[in-house]
Amino acid sequence: MKSFFGKMYLTLVLIFLYAPIATLMILSFNQSKSRSRWGGFTLEWYTGLFENEEIMAAFRTTIILAFLSALIATVLGTAACTGMQFMKKRERSFIMGITNIPMLNADIVTGVSLMLLFIASRVSMGFSTVLLSHITFNIPYVILSVMPRYRELNRSTYEAALDLGAGPVYAFFRVVLPDLMSAVLSGFLMSFTMSLDDFIITHFTQGPGFDTLSTKIYSEVKKGINPEVYALSTIMFLTVLVLLFFVNYKPWGKQPKGQIKVMTKREVIVSSSGQGGRI
Amino acid sequence: MNERRNSFLAAPYLIWSIGFIIIPLIYILYFAFTDASGTFTVGNVSAIISYVNIRALMLSILFSIASTFICLLLAYPLCLILTTVTSSSSAFLSLIFILPMWMNSLLRTFAWQNILERKGVINGILLFLNLPPLYIINKPPAILLGMVYDFLPFMVLPIYNSVSRIDKDLINAGRDLGADYFQILKGIIWPLSLPGVISGITMVFVPSLTTFVISDILGGGKILLIGNVIEQLFTQDSDWNAGAGLSAILMIFIVFSMIITAKYDREDIS
Repeated sequence: MKSFFGKMYLTLVLIFLYAPIATLMILSFNQSKSRSRWGGFTLEWYTGLFENEEIMAAFRTTIILAFLSALIATVLGTAACTGMQFMKKRERSFIMGITNIPMLNADIVTGVSLMLLFIASRVSMGFSTVLLSHITFNIPYVILSVMPRYRELNRSTYEAALDLGAGPVYAFFRVVLPDLMSAVLSGFLMSFTMSLDDFIITHFTQGPGFDTLSTKIYSEVKKGINPEVYALSTIMFLTVLVLLFFVNYKPWGKQPKGQIKVMTKREVIVSSSGQGGRI
Repeated sequence: MNERRNSFLAAPYLIWSIGFIIIPLIYILYFAFTDASGTFTVGNVSAIISYVNIRALMLSILFSIASTFICLLLAYPLCLILTTVTSSSSAFLSLIFILPMWMNSLLRTFAWQNILERKGVINGILLFLNLPPLYIINKPPAILLGMVYDFLPFMVLPIYNSVSRIDKDLINAGRDLGADYFQILKGIIWPLSLPGVISGITMVFVPSLTTFVISDILGGGKILLIGNVIEQLFTQDSDWNAGAGLSAILMIFIVFSMIITAKYDREDIS
């Protein structure tokens, strides 16, 4: 009986979570351009999508931005974690303290603070300022993903490699990095996701004539969203659904911990400042 | 360990974080306490007590208290169920909560317009069931719903983490000693899950307090929250000093929630 109510409650929450997604998917097949009327089934938004230069440009910008910012954040973050292994505990917790700031801070404050920085340094805002901002909010995800793994790492393998004559760099890439790989990848994926979905920080650091999918959607909310955007989102969603399924049964998908981390930023902090994982 | 010089690897990040985390925050304070010509003033910060601003702030606080409370109410039973119903729940949980994130969050919030509007999905169902229609779009309940929808995962995950970490032997011991389910809940599960609850609360409270997107999309632009006021000052009025002044006020709330999080974090470890 209790489990019957439990399952029903779970179902209701799932409906709540997925109702908007189902709505958007249905709208992507709706012939009528009006959101509130069903005008019959069509695939025209899917075929039109690839000829819509504006949407495709925003899509390309979004993907390039997410990839570059996640890549740079992963390199900087992993290097920082490695460096911190050689620090005193006080220095390390100082850096971790700074790392927590963007995670706990409200996005609007982070966005506004970066905007003021760019205004004050008279940098004209555009792709590069958005990229710098995305890297900034992505690095903590990488650090909070990689740091816990370093703690579990067996130091003696690295030391053994050194004793056997390997240089530190060689030992790092051949012995340490393979052990870190799943955490590094999960940090990369998390960063990629966050960058892809970000609106607020992009909104404050973008320049005129620059659009990601998010900012494009926001500017269209008032005048009505082009159904081709629904089509693109449906394709992206289904692609990720397939990929996630695939990843979950692949090497780095083994620890569901890494997967959960993709979710909510604030939880990363909680568990990793407690020297656990993140959310 | 003994090779201290290897710590230089952290230097690029340290420089980066000072340049793009610390200095920008100092700029907020600098702009908050100067006027357009750069002379010192408290006018930007004290502008919070103007009628429009204080009203927006109070409204934001009310909304965020309500959304935090509803999220907690929804999330806690959900976490209890998730720890009992499913065996490999962490993989399942991650899946059901991560997946929606891959649909653009603005679009998902926007989709609620369709569901809630006068001739939308909900009213279609209500009409079919011969129930009175629900007109909440562009009204406060719609904004509240949007907040709960967007931030529920922030509540579920920390609570789930702390509930699932509770030693099953404690619960079994309680049962052996004759406690019923509610006694176990009240005496064992709730106190041990408190750190998760606290972090969930701060995680939902801050984004609810500062959002401008949800009120924009689901409030029809008629309901101004403090986030909307700040956003307009920056992007429409280009009055950076006034915007920074109000942002500085928001930072007080954020710092407060950081302190609470840090305090409970430490207790969690010990």
